[in-house]
Amino acid sequence: MRLVNCWFCSSTIYPGHGIQFVRNDAKIFRFCRSKCHKNFKMKRNPRKVKWTKAYRAAHGKDMTKDTTFEFEKKRNRPERYDRNVTENTLLAIKKIVKIRDDRATKHIQNRLKPDKKKKHAEAIKELDNNIHLVRAPQPDSEKIKVDVPNQKSVQNEAMEE
Amino acid sequence: MVKYNFKKITVVPNGKEFVDIILSRTQRQTPTVVHKGDRIANLRSFYMRKVRFTQSNFNEKLSTIIEEFPRLDEIHPFYGDLLHVLYNKDHYKFALGQVNTAKKNITKIAMDYVKLVKYGDSLYRCKCLKVAALGRMSIVMKGLGPSLAYLEQVRQHLARLPSIDPNTRTILICGCPNVGKSSFVNKVTRADVDVQPYAFTTKSLFLGHTDYKCLRYQVIDTPGILDRPIEDRNIIEMCSITALAHLRAAVLFFLDISGSCGYTIAQQASLFHRIKSVLTNKPLVIVCNKTDLVPWENLPEEDKKLIEEMKNEAMKTAMGEEEEAVLLKMSTLTEEGVMSVRNVASERLLDQRVAAKMKSKKINDYMSWFHVAMPKPRDDQERLPCIPQVVKEGGKKEKRKTEKDLEDENGGAGVYSASLKKNYILADEKWKDDIIPEICDGHNVADFIDADILNRLEELTSEESLRQGEEEEENGFEMEGEELTEEEKNLLAEIRKKKALCIQEHRLKKSNAQNRETVPRKFNKDKKFNSKRFGRELSSYGPFKKQV
Repeated sequence: MRLVNCWFCSSTIYPGHGIQFVRNDAKIFRFCRSKCHKNFKMKRNPRKVKWTKAYRAAHGKDMTKDTTFEFEKKRNRPERYDRNVTENTLLAIKKIVKIRDDRATKHIQNRLKPDKKKKHAEAIKELDNNIHLVRAPQPDSEKIKVDVPNQKSVQNEAMEE
Repeated sequence: MVKYNFKKITVVPNGKEFVDIILSRTQRQTPTVVHKGDRIANLRSFYMRKVRFTQSNFNEKLSTIIEEFPRLDEIHPFYGDLLHVLYNKDHYKFALGQVNTAKKNITKIAMDYVKLVKYGDSLYRCKCLKVAALGRMSIVMKGLGPSLAYLEQVRQHLARLPSIDPNTRTILICGCPNVGKSSFVNKVTRADVDVQPYAFTTKSLFLGHTDYKCLRYQVIDTPGILDRPIEDRNIIEMCSITALAHLRAAVLFFLDISGSCGYTIAQQASLFHRIKSVLTNKPLVIVCNKTDLVPWENLPEEDKKLIEEMKNEAMKTAMGEEEEAVLLKMSTLTEEGVMSVRNVASERLLDQRVAAKMKSKKINDYMSWFHVAMPKPRDDQERLPCIPQVVKEGGKKEKRKTEKDLEDENGGAGVYSASLKKNYILADEKWKDDIIPEICDGHNVADFIDADILNRLEELTSEESLRQGEEEEENGFEMEGEELTEEEKNLLAEIRKKKALCIQEHRLKKSNAQNRETVPRKFNKDKKFNSKRFGRELSSYGPFKKQV
């Protein structure tokens, strides 16, 4: 009994679930539920369908390259049963999976973490521009005197001529 | 060598069904619609077609019956006699003859009525003629009913007869009832014949095959024969007599020397003498069965004498064989002597057949076909056959206890289930009964299995702790840098709130908030909510005080 991954959404398919489609070239497509199956029949590309793992991996939203993935490798030759090895493996699986999950969440957090500096600059700019919405404009404490030059003489001269 | 296969005869429907089949076929496969106003030629041809169609169908089906049933004169006399014994030759021929007559009658009816329809002058008349024709044909078939039923019975029985080839090497087994013929056949061949303590368990011929010297022999088990004159015999015994009479086979006459079959040796001997006329020209072997019950030495003298007489008779057919090849002792229960009986019978039959072939004229042609080539020895080295040591010492092949024996001991198929893990090769024997885990937390265990997984896991955890340490430092770093003060943060929050409010109002305005009624229509059907009424009501409350 093996758990396999859905071809469309990459979720695990447990025994008794889903549909398998074998194409004429002997390629097997396994689907976890009719949603994935119907999407496949509509010829949708999973790399473009937002909720699938393929999309998330292709667009860098989920972690794909990590040493924890190398522990899980499909072997074509069965190993002879050894109780100790199996015990250790079972314990190890739990730990490895935990580490992998931690790293994956960290990856997502890093992605979503705000870029502090940029945000800071934006906040300051917003404050400056829109302060008038909440505070009345303060009159200046010093009046700046502006010297108006003698303009009348210029006008009279113009009119005289 | 014609293989007799009576299984391919088509089913014979009984009278009523026959008529139904043909009439429904006529209805389906000829045009059904005709109008009173059509041309008379069309009407006539319509009805003629129906009559002819029905007639040809009857003809076809009846012909297949006549052709497929075997003709007693044209098949091997063994089968001819067997069919006679089983089904009565006269009755059989009569039934087939009736079918033939029916065929002729139907043809005649059809011809007559077609001639009449040709001159029919109205739709109604043509139709009546057609109905009459079909009706008469059906009556003919009704009369055929019993014959058809009989032929169907014959066909079913015929299909179940064993396919005995009368020309190939055959070994016939005969004797009194209950002597052990069927058990012998079970031992020597793969046939599974019923063996029961009552007489006449075997009621018909049974066929099994056995091999001797790379040749296939048919072994035919017959029902037991009683000591009666031939006129008194019943059908079952006649089957064996027919087989004895017509098949060129080696005959094994079974004797029960213990008398547990219910017949004494004297009775069995008298039976032998009665049928010995049929046994001429056949290699005859007298087999004394059930030696486990009464060993040969314990037999009384008279019995031994009777058996000697039988042996002498048998010797006449022996072609100069030794005594051993004519009288044999065996026991099917302990299986001693069974194989030697078979071998002896096969050998003698083979010799007889080969001798017959050698005498025939064609043999010269055959002889020129054979040439045995012996390779020329290329050196003096002697190359002996390789015989394993065990066989040379004469060691018997010991019977190993099989899984099936184990199963039978522990209660049979339903009770005991074999342990498939018994022969597993594991590092530690105690692991044999372990349930091997295949799935853990949504992952396949087999994908993770690795002998040094612990080491790798350690590396990974150390790596992880390092990484976590680094992260905390980074988080600490990020605490530095420019930060907005509390006041500025509050201001920013207010600004954002105000902005959102402005946007919302604008959107409201945009979506015809100015034209929209303040009170929706469903509450304001009578248009009572207008400003005049509202003003009146408000003023009725009295003067308002201005709020400061």
